[in-house]
Amino acid sequence: MVSTLPQVTALLPVLLLGFTGLALLLVDTLAPDTRSNTSMAVVSALGALSALAATVWFVASGTGSADTGGAITLLAEAVKVDTMALFFTAIFASVTSLVVVAAHDYFHDHPNPATFYSLTLFAATGMSLLAVANSLAVVFVALEMVSLPSYVLVAFLKQNRGSVEAGLKYFLIGALSSAIFLFGISLVYAATGSLILGDVAGILGDIAAGTDGLDSRTGIAGLGIVMILGGVAFKTASVPFHFWAPEAYEGAPAPVSAFLSSASKAAGFVVAFRVFTEAFPVGASLSADINWVLAFGILAAVTMTLGNFAAAVQEEVKRMLAYSSIGHAGYALIGVAALTADGSGNGAVMGAAMAHLLVYGFMNTGAFLFVAMAERWGVGRTFEDYAGLAKRAPVASTAMAVFMFSLAGLPPFAGFFSKYFLFMGAIDNGFLWLAAIGAVNSVISLYYYSRVVKALFFDDPASQTALDAIDVRPTALYAAVVFAAVATVLLLPGFGPVIETAEAAASALF
Amino acid sequence: MILEALIAVAFASALVVMLSPNEWAGRLAFALSLLPFVGSLYLWSGFDGSGNALTGGDIAYQTQIEWLEVGGRSVSWFVGLDGISLPLVVLTTFLVPLAILSAWTPIDSRQSQFYGLMLFMEANLLGVFTALDFFLWFVFWEAVLVPMYFLIGVWGGPRRKYAAIKFFVYTNAASLLMFIGFMSLTFALGDSVSSFALPEITGAIADGGLGTWFGISPDRIAMVAFLAMFLGFAVKVPIVPFHTWLPDAHVEAPTPVSVLLAGVLLKMGTYALLRFNFTMLPDQASALAIPIAAIAVISVIYGAMLALAQKDLKRIVAYSSVSSMGYVILGLIVFTEYGVGGATFQMVAHGLISGLMFMAVGVVYNATHTRMVGDMAGMADRMPVTVGILVAGAFGYMGLPLMAGFAGEFFIFVGSFAAPALPYAPVFTALAMFGIVIVAGYLLSAMQSTLFGPFELATDYEIGPAPFHDVAPLAVLLAAIIVLGVAPDIFFEMIRDAALPVVEGVSVNG
Repeated sequence: MVSTLPQVTALLPVLLLGFTGLALLLVDTLAPDTRSNTSMAVVSALGALSALAATVWFVASGTGSADTGGAITLLAEAVKVDTMALFFTAIFASVTSLVVVAAHDYFHDHPNPATFYSLTLFAATGMSLLAVANSLAVVFVALEMVSLPSYVLVAFLKQNRGSVEAGLKYFLIGALSSAIFLFGISLVYAATGSLILGDVAGILGDIAAGTDGLDSRTGIAGLGIVMILGGVAFKTASVPFHFWAPEAYEGAPAPVSAFLSSASKAAGFVVAFRVFTEAFPVGASLSADINWVLAFGILAAVTMTLGNFAAAVQEEVKRMLAYSSIGHAGYALIGVAALTADGSGNGAVMGAAMAHLLVYGFMNTGAFLFVAMAERWGVGRTFEDYAGLAKRAPVASTAMAVFMFSLAGLPPFAGFFSKYFLFMGAIDNGFLWLAAIGAVNSVISLYYYSRVVKALFFDDPASQTALDAIDVRPTALYAAVVFAAVATVLLLPGFGPVIETAEAAASALF
Repeated sequence: MILEALIAVAFASALVVMLSPNEWAGRLAFALSLLPFVGSLYLWSGFDGSGNALTGGDIAYQTQIEWLEVGGRSVSWFVGLDGISLPLVVLTTFLVPLAILSAWTPIDSRQSQFYGLMLFMEANLLGVFTALDFFLWFVFWEAVLVPMYFLIGVWGGPRRKYAAIKFFVYTNAASLLMFIGFMSLTFALGDSVSSFALPEITGAIADGGLGTWFGISPDRIAMVAFLAMFLGFAVKVPIVPFHTWLPDAHVEAPTPVSVLLAGVLLKMGTYALLRFNFTMLPDQASALAIPIAAIAVISVIYGAMLALAQKDLKRIVAYSSVSSMGYVILGLIVFTEYGVGGATFQMVAHGLISGLMFMAVGVVYNATHTRMVGDMAGMADRMPVTVGILVAGAFGYMGLPLMAGFAGEFFIFVGSFAAPALPYAPVFTALAMFGIVIVAGYLLSAMQSTLFGPFELATDYEIGPAPFHDVAPLAVLLAAIIVLGVAPDIFFEMIRDAALPVVEGVSVNG
């Protein structure tokens, strides 16, 4: 279809998200009296869904895939649409749709929810731009486009101390890591003289091979790569830049936590996957003694272990989910850690990480949206406060049980396959130790995930009146939670096309 | 497509019942659970398989559809029946409606969820016994745990939370061990298999397809895999010393759940042992014949001794299950036609008899609200029919001729007495036979003190005969036990046909 349409149509999903955000902002500004929470939510959900539809259509029709002539580059190669970009855009659009639908009920008494919708869509636009970025400059701009609305979203409940504090912490650490990231880009530019990912890779290869005659620049390039790695660690909430995540996720309104921990994390990973394979290929980096693979391996191991152990000792469900989301960042990091120079199994392991992020997008978003529902009811935050909720809200509690078991990687749910493929990919590529650490962590995680299920279903409420808080049935929130649960279950039988698309997309990068 | 229809009907019924009102969930669930039973009778009547499904026999009702591909191996929806799995499918579909009937009296809250979960479990149990692809089988295998966890944890007795979590942790840890064991086999098989289909893997192992993996020799991998899988399944069966979860789970679980737990879930363990350990790795099994036979005999004797020491009727039946499962293991390890066939037959027989015992004890409990031996006496006076059937069931347990238990144990002893694959076979057989004496001892003494003599009850209730829908399933079960005892060939013919290839797989029997 691309052959007949102008190439810029390949950016349709990005444009749809962006224009929806602009339209919302426009209505909010020009006709503030006509806006309503419902119409805003509907418009933003439609925008996100149409972006999703466009993405799925592109993937199905093979836009940018190797079968139909390869990736489409635009704007002097600054932007590149390939299957990987579309795959991630699908994650962003799905999460965004779920979040805006849920937000409709969550912000039902907020004086001005319109800003929420436009900010969320702008952040989503930034994410999808990140997915197509083919130049370090675009990567940075898109990253900021994600970050700036995110800071505001975290602090969206400006009367709420926790929310504002979380926003400030997020902003400070975010600003620092942006600076580091940008400095890293400038060092890489200094060493290679280009910002386009492919060109950087070429010059890096020359440096490594010594044909460039300037191998002294290896150090500069290496330092730059390490700094870029730091920026990635911040965005994905990985060690050592994970400190903001529990604070931000806990303080932020729950739909925002869902958005950040699912979509924004995936955005960090698309940077990692693309930049580290296209600009700093494994082979060239290793022969230049810049072993970022090992660095990612250590980060992955530390991140998943730390996330899991910290999650196990939490008393508040939302904070537990925050740490669990750090743990899952560790799993997904295996996708850039278990890579080898010869590259035979690289596509499989990175593809598995992408598939895991897609599944995670549904199960983690769903879990946070259940927390949003609990916040909407006002039942409290700790495990004890969740006791016996299943008696009053069996459907939502069942959905939550699905998310928890799937996050733990139990076989009847999609989380099992995505973790399994990830660990098997790592083993096939010779990284048995990473898979072993991942598997052990996965077992540990069952402990704290099942605590939620135990509280919901087995424990009796603290008092007779404890369940009276559940006096409303927020339809949209329910719809979002149930839809996420259904997707989590259906992705198990439907895992074939997902993993095939992801593997093909990832293999195209090597 | 009949197998698919069977499983799909069970899933759909679960969903329908889950959404139905509590008032008639029980009746609806019973009616719907008859559909799979009728379906399984149809499967039985048209059964045309021969040989063992794993060793290249003719598989009845076979379907194989590719699902996805992982690391160059395809995973498929691969189901079918042979002479070993068909009796277990019939057992499952037969027990579930009866268990549902027996739940009408004791289950008085959240009925729709209870019956929905029962049917959901049935669907997955059918999947376990029909799946012939490792992944498909594993998904069903694990999916059985989830409803069981909720059924014990929500509707159980006073210590239900402890029992549910213990059950979940034990069986999940066991599954992981088994999974790792099986995976190491597939890694060692390398390129000699192109799928996870169990027949293909069995064939490849038999043809010496195991290679060296990570420097470990094929023999050692096979042995490690055998041990890991054996331990994993041993928990499920359960074999002493991995049995401690079972009495807790049984005592806390409501009666209908105990019926399925003892009647079908324990058979998952012995079925999997037969399929994986004894069919895939027969030489490893026969190398370990003495230790395995020893723990089988220990399970028989020790389980019976434990039962002897119990005061709770349900605990008595639960421990005697441990004892009966010991016979099954003994029958499997001797690798003779009657041993393996008898063990499989005993799975069905024990499923019916233990189901009957749990159900009858449950009916007594419904009336007395106590199960302690010292708390009641002379129940025969007030509930003559129930007690009559209970006594008949107990005699079945002791191996009274013309009842199913006799046939099963007789086959096993015939097969094990002169087994060439097991050294000292007569000694092991004689020791195991001694277990029957203990069984008779504790069952007779327990019944003597509770059922006969002048009526007495610690707490004063008016007790009359149990309602029809409580007694009817008992009568049906007893009838089935007698039919199977009088004419064991209705199952034993096909079982023997499927067991023979397993027996021939051991080099001793060649």
